[in-house]
Formats: sequence, C-alpha cells, structure tokens
Amino acid sequence: MSAATIVSLPDQSTARIPKMNFLTKENGLLSWLLTGDHKRIATLYLISITFFFFIGGALAGLIRLELLTPQTSLMAADTYNKVFTMHGVIMVFLFLVPSVPATIGNFVIPLMVGARDLALPKINLLSWYLYIIAGFMVIYTMAAGGVDTGWTFTSPLSTHYLNTHVISTGLAIFVAGFSSIFTGLNFIVTIHKMRAPGMTWFRLPLFVWSNYAASILMVLGTPVLAITLVLVVLERTVHIGVFDPAYGGDPILFQHLFWFYSHPAVYIMILPGMGVISEVVSTFSRKRVFGYTAVAFSSVAIAVFGFFVWAHHMFIMGISNYAALVFSLLTMLVAVPSAIKIFNWAFTLYKGSITFETPMLYAFGFMGLFTIGGMTGVFLGTTGTDIHLTETYFIVAHFHFVMVGGMLMAFLSGIHFWWPKWTGRMYPEKISQFAAVVTFIGFNFTFFPQFILGTLGMPRRYAAYPPEFQALNVFSTAGATILGVGYLLPILYLTWSLKYGAVAGNNPWQATGLEWQTQSPPLTENFPVIPIMDHEAYDYEWLEKQNLARLRQEEVV
Amino acid sequence: MSEHNGQFEQKDEHQQEHHIVSPVVYGSILLALLVGTGLTVWASYIDLGEWHIAAGLTLFWNPVVALAIACTKMTLVVLFFMHVKYSTKLTKLTVASGFFVFLVLIGMTMSDYFTRAWGRW
Amino acid sequence: MSKSTATANGAAAEVHHEHPPYQRHHFESVEQQADTTNFAMWLFLLTEIMFFGGLFTAYLIMRNWYYPAFVEASHQLNIGWGTANTGVLIVSSFTMAMGVWSAEMRKKGMLVLFLSLTWILGMAFLGIKSIEYHEKWEKHHVPGLHWSDASFLNPASDPEVYKEYHDKPLAPDMAEKAGMYFFLYFAMTGMHALHMIIGISLLTFMIFRARAGAYTTGHVTYVENFGLYWHFVDIIWIFLFPLLYLISRH
Repeated sequence: MSAATIVSLPDQSTARIPKMNFLTKENGLLSWLLTGDHKRIATLYLISITFFFFIGGALAGLIRLELLTPQTSLMAADTYNKVFTMHGVIMVFLFLVPSVPATIGNFVIPLMVGARDLALPKINLLSWYLYIIAGFMVIYTMAAGGVDTGWTFTSPLSTHYLNTHVISTGLAIFVAGFSSIFTGLNFIVTIHKMRAPGMTWFRLPLFVWSNYAASILMVLGTPVLAITLVLVVLERTVHIGVFDPAYGGDPILFQHLFWFYSHPAVYIMILPGMGVISEVVSTFSRKRVFGYTAVAFSSVAIAVFGFFVWAHHMFIMGISNYAALVFSLLTMLVAVPSAIKIFNWAFTLYKGSITFETPMLYAFGFMGLFTIGGMTGVFLGTTGTDIHLTETYFIVAHFHFVMVGGMLMAFLSGIHFWWPKWTGRMYPEKISQFAAVVTFIGFNFTFFPQFILGTLGMPRRYAAYPPEFQALNVFSTAGATILGVGYLLPILYLTWSLKYGAVAGNNPWQATGLEWQTQSPPLTENFPVIPIMDHEAYDYEWLEKQNLARLRQEEVV
Repeated sequence: MSEHNGQFEQKDEHQQEHHIVSPVVYGSILLALLVGTGLTVWASYIDLGEWHIAAGLTLFWNPVVALAIACTKMTLVVLFFMHVKYSTKLTKLTVASGFFVFLVLIGMTMSDYFTRAWGRW
Repeated sequence: MSKSTATANGAAAEVHHEHPPYQRHHFESVEQQADTTNFAMWLFLLTEIMFFGGLFTAYLIMRNWYYPAFVEASHQLNIGWGTANTGVLIVSSFTMAMGVWSAEMRKKGMLVLFLSLTWILGMAFLGIKSIEYHEKWEKHHVPGLHWSDASFLNPASDPEVYKEYHDKPLAPDMAEKAGMYFFLYFAMTGMHALHMIIGISLLTFMIFRARAGAYTTGHVTYVENFGLYWHFVDIIWIFLFPLLYLISRH
C-alpha cells in the first residue's frame, strides 16, 4: 500500500480542540439526558448501539461455539433457538436499523443541509428514549428466559406452539419501531424544510439522499410491523384466531404483514450505509461521485421498489404460484438500482487519486462483499433456486454478506470518517487499517463457507447437523474468532483516541460538504452563521479555491 | 443569524399565503358528509345486484357503492377540513404516497389470496 | 430580520434576535416552523394510515372467506347507534375545523367554544361506543373472553335481530367465524377508540391553553395540527362504519 495520504492536520504543536463545542457547552447528566442537540443525541445513540452490538455479538459467539460440533454440545436445542433469536432481534432492531441513521445521520444531516438542528429536536430525544426502553425490554426478555421463535416470529410457531416470551419481545420491538419511525420522520421533515439557502436537492450530499430514502421506508413500513406485533400479542393473550387455521385464520397473513415491513427493513438497514460509501469513495478518490443523479434517484428507486417485493421471503410458505411469479419478477427489478450504485462507485474510483485510509478500506470491503451478497440475493429471488436454498445456510450467508460485509463495514467506515468531526481527534491510522483488514479476512472465513454449507443442504436454525458439515462449520467458527478481534480493536483504539488522538482540525480529509467547513467538534448551534450553498456537491475545485483564499488571507496577516 | 436570503425563501413562503377556509365551505362539506352517511345507510338496505364479469368472477355492487361513498366522504374531509386543497404540492404528494403504499399493502396481499384458488400452472 | 456576528474563534455572540416567543431557535422564521410542523404531522398521519392498514388487510381477507358469518354478525350491531356515532364524528370534524378557523381569526371565545363542542362530541362518541360494547358483552359476543355461537347457530334465539333480518342458521364451522368478525370489530373499533381517547386528552389540554389565549396570537399550528389528527380519526371511522355495520342489511 502506498504511503500516500490525503490527511491534512493542523500543526500539532499549536493545535487545540476548540474550547466551545457541543460537548463542552453544558455539563452534567441532565444536560445530556434532556438535550435537544442532535449531536448529543447521536452520541447517546452511539454508546447505546455499541452496547447492544456487543451483546448481539456475544450471542453470535455462542452460536458459532455450539456449531463447532454436529451434536448439541454446549446447550440444549431450545437454548440454541433462544440464542439465535435474541442474536437476530438485537442485531436487526437494536443495531442495524438505527446504526447509521440514528448515530451518523443524526449527527451529520443537519450539518450537511446547513441547519442548526433537526426539525423536531424533542421528537429526536423521544426516539432515543424509546430505543432505550426497547433495549431494556429486550434485556428483560433475555433475563426472563428468552424467546426462541427466530427473529421472524413465524406463525403459527410464535402464536400457538411456543411458551416463551414472545409477548415481551413483540412489545419491545413495537417500541423500537416507533423509535425508528420518529427518526425517519425527523429526517424527512428536516431534509425538505431546513436546507440552507442555495442548498437545492441536487446539491445535497448523497448521504442525505440515501437517508431520505431510508426514512421514507421507516415512516411507511414500520407501522405495519407495529400492528402485526399487536395482532401477535392479541393472538397469544386472547386467542382470537386471526393467524390460527383452527379458528379460520391464516398464518400466511402474519407473514404477509410481517414481511411487508421486514423487506423494506433490509433497505432501511443498507441505504444509509450506501450513503456513507458515496461520501467515502468520493473523498478518498478526490473525485466527484460519478453519475450523481443516478445515485440519488437509485436510492429513491430502492425505497419505492422495496415495497413491492416482500413475498420473496415466502415462496415456500404457501402463497399462490402466480403471486410468487409476480414477486419474483419484481425482485429482479429491485436489484437494478443497487447495482447502479456499485457501477457508479466503480466509475468514481476510475482515474481517481485513490488513497487507502481506514474509511476507504472499509468502503472497498463493502463494495466487494455487498456485491457478492446482493448477487446471491438475486439467486434467492428466483423462485426455482429459492426452493432449494431457502431456510439453508445459503440464506444466512446471503444476509450476513449484505448486512455484516455490507452494512456493518459501511457503519465502521462512517464512524472512522466522521470521527474527527465528532470528537475533534483523529483515530490512530495504522492499527485501524490493521483492524479493517482483520475484519475483512475474518468475515470471509466466517461466512463464505456458509454459502457452501447452504448449497450442500445444511438447514439454518439447527443446533445439530449431519457430521459431514462439521469441517466447514469449524472453519466458519475460526473465522468468527478473527472477526471478533476485528470488531474489538476499534472500541479500544477509538476510546484511546478520545484522549490521545491527534487534533483533527476542521477538515482533515479535505472533504467537500458543509460539515467539514465548521469546527471539530462542532458548536451546539452548528454554524455561527448559516452558510449559503453556492457550489455543487463534491466540488473539489471549490474546495481548492477556499483553501487558496484562506492561505492568501493568512499570508496577508 | 442569516441574512434573509429572499430569493431562496420567496418560493416556499408565498406559494401558500395561508388561505383561511370560510365557515360556509365547512358548513357545506358538513352537509355533504351527513347526506353521504344517510345515503350509504339507505343503500345498504337495498340489494343492488351483481355483475358477472367472467366465470367465477362476480362483482357485488353493494360494497362497491359503500366504499365509493366512503371514499368520497374521505376526499371531502381531506381536501376541505384538512385543507389539502389549499396546501402545497408537497402536502398533496405526501397524502398521495400514503394512499399509494396503503393500496400496495392491501392490493398485493390480496393478489396472493385471490390467486390461490387458481390452482397449479 | 435577525442578525448575528461571528467572532474570531467561531462562537456566535449571544444575540437576541427578534422573533415571537413561540418560535424555536433552530427555525429561521415562524412560517418555516409552521410549515415544518404541519409537514411533520402529515408524515405522522401516514404512519397511522399504514398502522390501520394492517387491520384493514386482515378484515378484507376474513370477510372474503367467511362472508355469511360476517353478514350475520354485522346484523348484531345496532345501526341506530352506528349511524348516530358517524354523525357525531362528522359534526365533531366540523366543529374542529371551525375551531381552527376561530384560531386563525383570533377569536378566543369561539375557539374555546368549538374545542369544547368537539370535546363533548368526542365524549358522546365514546359513550355510545361503550353502550355498544356493553351490549356485545351482554350478548356473549366478545371472542376469547365471553363468547357464544348461539346467535349464529340459531338466529331465532335472538328475537330483536331476527325479526329484522331473518338470518338463516349457520353451520357450526361458519357460525364460529362470527368470532373472527367480532375480533376484528373490537380490534378495529378499539384501536380507533384508543385514538379518540388520546385525542380527547389532548383536547382537554388544549381547551385550557386556549382559554389562556395561547392559540389566538397568531400561533395556530398546535390547533391546526391537532385538527389534522382529529380529522384523520374521523376518516378511519368513515371507513369502519360501512365495513362493519353495513355489510349487508337487505
């Protein structure tokens, strides 16, 4: 790897973190717990999400440990079911869904659009409290004995056959859903109504477009999940029978309602990550994103088409052949906008001045792994192959490639990219690059064998499996250990950097974007004067001119 | 804070000069809604027949009429009581997209149920 | 309108910019605040459309599958009360719209009057609903809690409904599907009633604030946005009424 870097830090002997910033503005617990400042709320979210990520990660560790042997060795099959269910519930609802929007999005979107805060600060705070309440309810569920239905709560298993804590989990996710709805609502309103003068839609950073599209999905999709969970809770308490064939109900109805949200949910999870990648790829290629309009519209297209394809999760469940046909065809369509983005990032890289700082390493990881994950999604979207591959480890590998190889990498990319803006300090580059590479290697060792396991026929959600699958499972678990190291390292060095990291200055990456034109960490009110946007997005010439002008000013002085 | 950049804010603010809807309009809509209610109750007592579109595909007029009246009432409430007629394009688009996704939920779910009886290929 | 000076280290000098006390600091103008909160309320209503959407989907499927049971079960609902409730809500929407008008015209007395009328009508709706629910309980038509198929296995056992509709006795497997109807009835009207209760609670708060003059100084957004919510709850009922009460009365 070349030693070239675009990092441009102020003189470390004289540079200081600005005394007045959003972290120092007020002190005391209450100033944090009752804050309206989007940056503080983002920080609260970052801490809480990291906490739940590690719980989910520990559960993943337990899964992989159990799967070292073909028999149930570490835990009973029932316990194993609880472990993977809680892993899924926590990772999907308490980590992936809020990951980029509630942390990076909350922090950076008002800065990017040139506003002083999100449109509805109190709703933003409420969103965090709902998240915390949901988190407590999930912890209660785990302590009380857990739930073993799988995160998808498939009926009639969840409604009639299991005696575990479905109700408390359902209610927890109901609350988490509203947390998500309020975040999305806030973003849509902010992006429409709070843009600075001159900030037209097509001058917005693509990160904003992606979060906008994800927010549409949050607002329109999540309420359906909410009502579905209400129905499940009613079914379990009052036994009304809407999902029970014995009473004339239909378990498939549950699945239609559940997946109507949960398919858009996967786009809620990935779109913000794609937004991060747009920012990072542009910055570290020193080049505007190729085909800005195409990328912007592809985000919206993913959001719209994402509503039409949910039953591809139900091909084998008993929907009619004709419905399966229609949904399969539409699934082919929804893959196109995602592919458009990958092409556009590739063309952004082409003839760019590429450097390999940590955010860019994660971004490369994303592009490769998400492409594989996405393509395997197309295999699964064709009904014929899905019949063989569904409910096997192929599915598990597919969604881990897009969510962990894709989304989690994008999240880490974004955290590293905006870390200097958030904290005023740089993270240590060498160890973070090392961690990124370790993560990439660990990830591939963990999840690539699972594609093979799936095609060979190993079912998912099984604690015990035929002995011929053991070798690949051991390989996968070994990879998971490496992956775990890759995820632990950032916690350590990022915490270290809070005290000992280099002072970052306003724009260590020499990135375009309004957030980089103000101090690090930003003021509570973001900008001393609301900026006027007079240049296009990713305008590196404008940045050059700014820097030259500043240099000349300093010379004069 | 900011120099009031007139040329950028002009469009948004003056487009919708806060139109105050008159009580006369409200009164007429109230009347229309009450008439609609009476109409729909009356229609439910009459057998409006059916339309045999094709073999095994019949459309009964009673629910169609009831839903049509309900949709009309809803439209009146949305346009006049909720001021959408006098609102920005954004508001109108927002309302429309809400209905659209609602219809997708119901329509595409029903497409599974309606085609189950069609049998194998 | 408002000014601030940027000092050398980037911090804004604390400037008092002239804006009405009800304008939050992150907004540039009252118009922006009003516009923004109005849009936010519409987005919230979209979530409500989708929330009820799940129930409507379940209803449509079950009604299609068990039409005879749904017809006979719907005969058990008193059309007088249902129509009255529909009228009550429609008038309450009118009074709410008039309330918004009063706030816009800065007529405090009229605002309080119309909000109070809306409140009374809302309570009337809930009152009628509780009469209806009570009647359902008495007749053992509460599935899961207090249920009996008798009225559908043998409709003649329920004289006041029978003399109007002369329903045929249903086979046991269809008769029990009336339970499905009533579950959806309670779920949908119950969810609707919950929204009414929330609305009435907010209205109570608003009436007190209105009396203090909070909404007649030009700051109408609270009343206006609440009005949107109230009209939405009315629209839900506009659909619930024909779907639940008017399935087939001929």
